[in-house]
Amino acid sequence: MSADALDLTAAAAAAAVKAGELDPGELHELYRGRAAADQLNAFSWVAPEAAADDFNRDAPLAGVPLGVKDLFCTEGVPTQSGSKILEGYRPPYTATVVEKLFEAGATLLGKTNQDEFAMGSSNENCAFGPVLNPWDSTRVPGGSSGGSAAAVAGGLVPWALGTDTGGSIRQPAAFCGIVGLKPTYGSCSRYGMIAFASSLDQAGPLTRDVTDSALLFSHMVGQDVNDSTSLAFPEQIRLPTARDLSGIRIGVPEELLGAEGGIDPGVRESFEATLELARKLGATVMPCRLPHAPHALSAYYIIAPAEASANLARFDGVRYGLRVDGDGDLTSMYSRTRAAGFGPEVKRRIMLGTYALSSGYYDAYYGTAQRVRTKIADDFKTAFADVDFIVTPTAPSTAFELGAKSADPLAMYLNDFCTVPMSLAGIPAISIPSGLSEGLPVGFQLAGPAFSENRLLEAAFALESAIGFDGSAARSGGEK
Amino acid sequence: MLERKTVDHVARLARLELSDAEKDKMAVELSQILDHIEAIRQLDLEGVEPTSHVVDIVNALRADVPHASLSRAVALASAPDPTDSGFGVPSPGASAE
Amino acid sequence: MSAEVEYEPVIGLEIHVQLKTRTKMFCCCALSFGDEPNVHTCPRCLGLPGTLPVVNAQAVHYGIMIGLALGCEIAPRSQFHRKNYFYPDLPKGYQISQYDVPICGPGRLADVRIHRVHLEEDAAKLVHVGESGRIHSADRSVVDFNRGGTPLAEIVTEPDLHSADDAREWLILLRTTLRAIGVSDVNMEEGSLRCDANVSLRPKGSTTLGTKTELKNMNSFRFLAQGVKAEIERQTKLLRSGEEVSQETLHFDPASGRITSLRSKEEAHDYRYFPEPDLVPLVVDDAMLEAARAELPELPSARAERFEETLGLPRDRARDLAFRTELGDFFEAALAAGGADADPIAVANWIPALVERIGSDADPASSKVSPGALAGLAGMVAAKSVNQTAAREVLTMLVASGGDPAQIVEREGLGAIDAQDSGLAEVVAAAIAADPGAADKVRGGNMKATGPLVGYVMRETKGRADGGEITRLIREQLGL
Ligand SMILES: [Mg+2]
Ligand SMILES: [Zn+2]
Repeated sequence: MSADALDLTAAAAAAAVKAGELDPGELHELYRGRAAADQLNAFSWVAPEAAADDFNRDAPLAGVPLGVKDLFCTEGVPTQSGSKILEGYRPPYTATVVEKLFEAGATLLGKTNQDEFAMGSSNENCAFGPVLNPWDSTRVPGGSSGGSAAAVAGGLVPWALGTDTGGSIRQPAAFCGIVGLKPTYGSCSRYGMIAFASSLDQAGPLTRDVTDSALLFSHMVGQDVNDSTSLAFPEQIRLPTARDLSGIRIGVPEELLGAEGGIDPGVRESFEATLELARKLGATVMPCRLPHAPHALSAYYIIAPAEASANLARFDGVRYGLRVDGDGDLTSMYSRTRAAGFGPEVKRRIMLGTYALSSGYYDAYYGTAQRVRTKIADDFKTAFADVDFIVTPTAPSTAFELGAKSADPLAMYLNDFCTVPMSLAGIPAISIPSGLSEGLPVGFQLAGPAFSENRLLEAAFALESAIGFDGSAARSGGEK
Repeated sequence: MLERKTVDHVARLARLELSDAEKDKMAVELSQILDHIEAIRQLDLEGVEPTSHVVDIVNALRADVPHASLSRAVALASAPDPTDSGFGVPSPGASAE
Repeated sequence: MSAEVEYEPVIGLEIHVQLKTRTKMFCCCALSFGDEPNVHTCPRCLGLPGTLPVVNAQAVHYGIMIGLALGCEIAPRSQFHRKNYFYPDLPKGYQISQYDVPICGPGRLADVRIHRVHLEEDAAKLVHVGESGRIHSADRSVVDFNRGGTPLAEIVTEPDLHSADDAREWLILLRTTLRAIGVSDVNMEEGSLRCDANVSLRPKGSTTLGTKTELKNMNSFRFLAQGVKAEIERQTKLLRSGEEVSQETLHFDPASGRITSLRSKEEAHDYRYFPEPDLVPLVVDDAMLEAARAELPELPSARAERFEETLGLPRDRARDLAFRTELGDFFEAALAAGGADADPIAVANWIPALVERIGSDADPASSKVSPGALAGLAGMVAAKSVNQTAAREVLTMLVASGGDPAQIVEREGLGAIDAQDSGLAEVVAAAIAADPGAADKVRGGNMKATGPLVGYVMRETKGRADGGEITRLIREQLGL
């Protein structure tokens, strides 16, 4: 049965369990074996063998195993957010979203590697070493949810949780040839997610296909009393069924496709081909304007580090995690603990954020960035008066080689050129594989207005069916 | 280019001990990023309200009802320097708040 | 020459008040005082990774009540900020506090303008334990997070006070007001009321403010007055000798009377305030305002005014009673028990004598003297059925063992000797006969000479005669 089970999407596996055709214990063991033999370094921790009564066959998710990004707190289970500073840390509580998924019948297969504190686009900034791309192990899986994306694409787990702050679900989904949904800000609780940038962080599913994305998301969504910024999603999340895009207006923002984005020819080609498919499915494809979107990256690289500099202040060697003794005084204990515990990218962003908030610079940087944010959100509102969705390539390139951009932070940041505007506006966006370029997956991003997830998933589903992307090559590769 | 003095000051604010080499590298990298960011400071943002929340909700208050607290053992379970009663730290000295 | 200049002290206060909610500001831990360390903590108030704050509605309610009691404008929309600094008593590396838009704007209490009132969370407690015996940490402290996260209202006044005694008296009025509205224990010794003072001097008649210093945490009303007095003297000396006052934070040691510097401006903190992204704006609507208003009792300043204007008490007596809620309450209870005949001024006059006997901090309501007994005693004195001296003796007995004053007077034979029935006229005649010299002087118009005659009568009647009555009889018998 194992080879067949590996081909099942999570939704299909859940249906098979419920129909009595698949034993959840065996499914768990199949994936546990693959995860334990992980050659991609996708997992930081893999669950021990499960007992038969650990599975709730009647629950909606019917015991289907789940990969959880390291930064979600899981009670008694190692949780380090990819950082050395949380060495050995096991939280005394579980993140709301993970708790909800457990209640819906998902079982924890393991914790997945990530860029440290979700800062990165390549998964090279990780205390546990870089994660490899299942399509080509000399390449990065993208980041920061790279472990989750690689694990799903490599067939080490049916589906996984990620988080997206500026593209951290969508870009690795694109690099690994899977589906990644960044929901509307506030639709999923952030309680128990180790924060990077609070006003941007959002949990979302990384899945093989759009149906799995809708299914996982439908059990994540919901207001949480523990997260003041969460809200009640105005409608039930449905599994998509659309076969065409008739009547749908799709906007292509010239600002994100211009020279600044530096989009590779292969990516552009795949993007154009997908637009052509959309037209064939009945959509109207038209240009739209997002005049301030090219400035999103600049605003993002002020706002996110500023929030991060405060969010990461709690890692001080007092209550948990690493402590490095100083010269007997408090300040040197703080400074050495943090110097030893944080990696270079985290330090860079803490420095950047601290600088941007410091006396005399607040208005010039943070104040300006927040005003740009307003303009970007307004741009989207204006654009959505004329179009239903806005589409872009998810990332300007396919997966790059390990180490290719690690020496140049700015080049690395440009990976998020097309994903950051939606993050700043808090609107939902999904990345689906649109094909291969030189053997590597290309991502196609669709974004809609706040709370348009149902429509977004429908459109992505229709496109997905038309594209017919086959990810099985990566799954057989991951097993090696 | 960020001055070394500024890097020193920011590192101190952030409680990060950086070597001289790290500070030099940091000055270069932060300057590059800040140069890139410079473009948004040229935008006309007169009269534009800052956005710190994209969510359109207010208050989100909770009732004043106590829940069980953690036991001291659990609270101290991850502490690097636990004592019988609490979290040990080097004394802050005279810079008291 | 500069020694000639007269300086006027300018004093503003910053008061931190712990609110008497059941739970902490941003988590559901119960508030405590004096419990074993670290037994009132949770993931939130320990600042564990992934936790988020949620605002306590009751703390907001109390904040509004304070604002209304201090005549403040209540902000229709306010916001929380992060105030960033590292300290072991601050688990997140930032304090959540209100910054540019506090919940309460300008107001006034008596002669002092309120600048603002804002809500924030208290820090934990750092206990110094000294030598640890380890090489690199000669000195060690222990953090107790029980107090960490207690809701605080910070009240900031305008610099409207001009002497140490005024500052002390105003703070007592503030305490009474806060106690009357029931939002805090306002106990300086226990730290539920903490006061910092900003002190500066300026030449008398000048309106520009001098350089101010900040005196930290004076933990009693007496120490506040002493500290401010000492700082005024220190600054006066500096200015008179032509030196400048430098802006710094100071500590007053009541034991030695010495003032020492905590930190100077050069090392001042850069708090890097920015809007707390984990919380949404606080909007005080009409229902919240109404609920706060409905719970406000009569405030001490209004009560003093009523005592003065409606009951005719002298201003100082009215304030003495109204500014100590328990005294005002006892006074009103006595007045009510005395019925329509009770004279407010007569009853009020007996309160200080009662306080003197039960101790200045005690609540008369918990003494053995019932309000009715005090009213009865006051009534008997007014009706001249017992004289002042005897009545004081009766009060002492009431304090000792309670009871009914009329019965005590009866039992102890302390009733006033009545002019008609008890032969007082005969005793007066005997007095005149015994001291004809004094009688002559009185006849000659020297009213002071009645002293020995009155003394004689008092001795003979064991103090039960009414002084006024004796004088009347002396004059009558001497034909004056
Ligand atoms: Mg304060
Ligand atoms: Zn707590």
